[in-house]
Amino acid sequence: MSKQAASTSHQTLKELVWGLALALALALVTWALFASVRYQWRWEALWDYRELILKGWIMTVLISVGALVLSITLGLGLMMGQRSPWIPVRLLCRGAVEIVRGTPFLVQLLIGYYIIANALHINQAVLVGIILLASFEGAYLSEIFRGALESIGASQIEAARAVGFDRAQMYRYVIFPQALRRALPGTAGQMGALIKDSSLLSVISIQELTQAVKMTNSQAYVALEGFVPLALLYLALTLPLSWWARRLETRFKFET
Amino acid sequence: MQLTAHQLTKRYGEHLALDGACFDTPADVRSVVLLGPSGSGKSTLLRVLGSLLLPESGELSMDGKALSSDEAAALQQRRENGFVFQGFNLFPHLTALENVALPLRIVHGQSDDQAHQRAVEVLERFGMGPHREKRPAEMSGGQQQRVALARAIAAKPKLLLLDEPTSALDPMMTQEVLDLIRELAEAGQQIVLSTHEISFAKKVADWVVFLDHGKVMESSPAKDFFEHPKSELAQQFLDALTRYR
Repeated sequence: MSKQAASTSHQTLKELVWGLALALALALVTWALFASVRYQWRWEALWDYRELILKGWIMTVLISVGALVLSITLGLGLMMGQRSPWIPVRLLCRGAVEIVRGTPFLVQLLIGYYIIANALHINQAVLVGIILLASFEGAYLSEIFRGALESIGASQIEAARAVGFDRAQMYRYVIFPQALRRALPGTAGQMGALIKDSSLLSVISIQELTQAVKMTNSQAYVALEGFVPLALLYLALTLPLSWWARRLETRFKFET
Repeated sequence: MQLTAHQLTKRYGEHLALDGACFDTPADVRSVVLLGPSGSGKSTLLRVLGSLLLPESGELSMDGKALSSDEAAALQQRRENGFVFQGFNLFPHLTALENVALPLRIVHGQSDDQAHQRAVEVLERFGMGPHREKRPAEMSGGQQQRVALARAIAAKPKLLLLDEPTSALDPMMTQEVLDLIRELAEAGQQIVLSTHEISFAKKVADWVVFLDHGKVMESSPAKDFFEHPKSELAQQFLDALTRYR
């Protein structure tokens, strides 16, 4: 046991050393690339706009969290709708998924906000933005969930029936727990995409992070400076998400 | 157990798995063995007998009581049975203990303590006590099948149905599992078993139902079947199975 623990810590140390070496190499390459371009970097110009950028970042966090929760609910709903025995429900959900996945998010935002929300007299851009973003990502999530669910074999369903579970118990105790594990990597990827896709919400006049940085760049008379902190601020959200998803995956690991 | 099957049919798409199967067994029979070549309809008949599959037509009764072919009634009927499958079919995300205890709690309404105690008791009886915290992927095939047996009998089923329970096991593991099934049969458990283990069938069967192409070719006391099979097909089948044993 202690031998195993020692080998694990040895492995961690190896990973750490390699990680540092690769990070250093990446930093050198990046520096070399930036230095080779004839561009006068004026990082100090950004400092005055820190509050604007921070506000944008907070808006991005709020929109992302709201859309994450809603997209999972929508994804589950669309997935179950696609498996419904009732034909109109099945067709409606299938159609919705295909239309949402097959058209650009930009178009959905413009039509969703300027036409649909306008017709319904909803003029809270943030609320509309969250709903549109959640339905865009929810359509992808529903397909991830459907794939995970359908990967649970017929023998598991037969075993669930054989021990006397009814339909609801079969889903609750046999299918969902196994499907959850298989849906995790795809879901985590989709959530990262959601956070980044929220940058498009600026077209319906929401001042989120990307919009704040664009404003900063133009007000400070710089061309590119703002995009470096922009990338870092998105990473600050997506990296912890990936890390958390990997931890969950290990926790739910049962197939060795 | 008195089993009566009349004109059972079951199809999978185009394929007719049961084609008007008829047989009946006298009341003093405790263990029925289903024999027949692969694809003869043994597994389907076993699932129909246990209400795991519903037949398209035909009648079925057990101890004089007609079995219903309506899904809600079938669920209640299934809950009185225990099943063991060729591929074990344990729940891979649960430990051996939870595989046994979960249905006791959820389906049979036992308390957490009762279910835990009962699960530990049956697992220990089958020699799986030390492995009860393991998940299926951490166990050998023979161990998994012993857990599956424990899960099937934990709720004290009226009828235990086993579908080729040793076909996926090596000879050593096969023997372990067959010993357990034999013990259960000798302790009075009512059993329906489909198998290719002919010498085992001879030891445990009271009654044999021999199938081919979804039809019952012979239904007779085990002794008569093994000593004087009536149909030529059954003779050939027995000959093929015993030639190298």
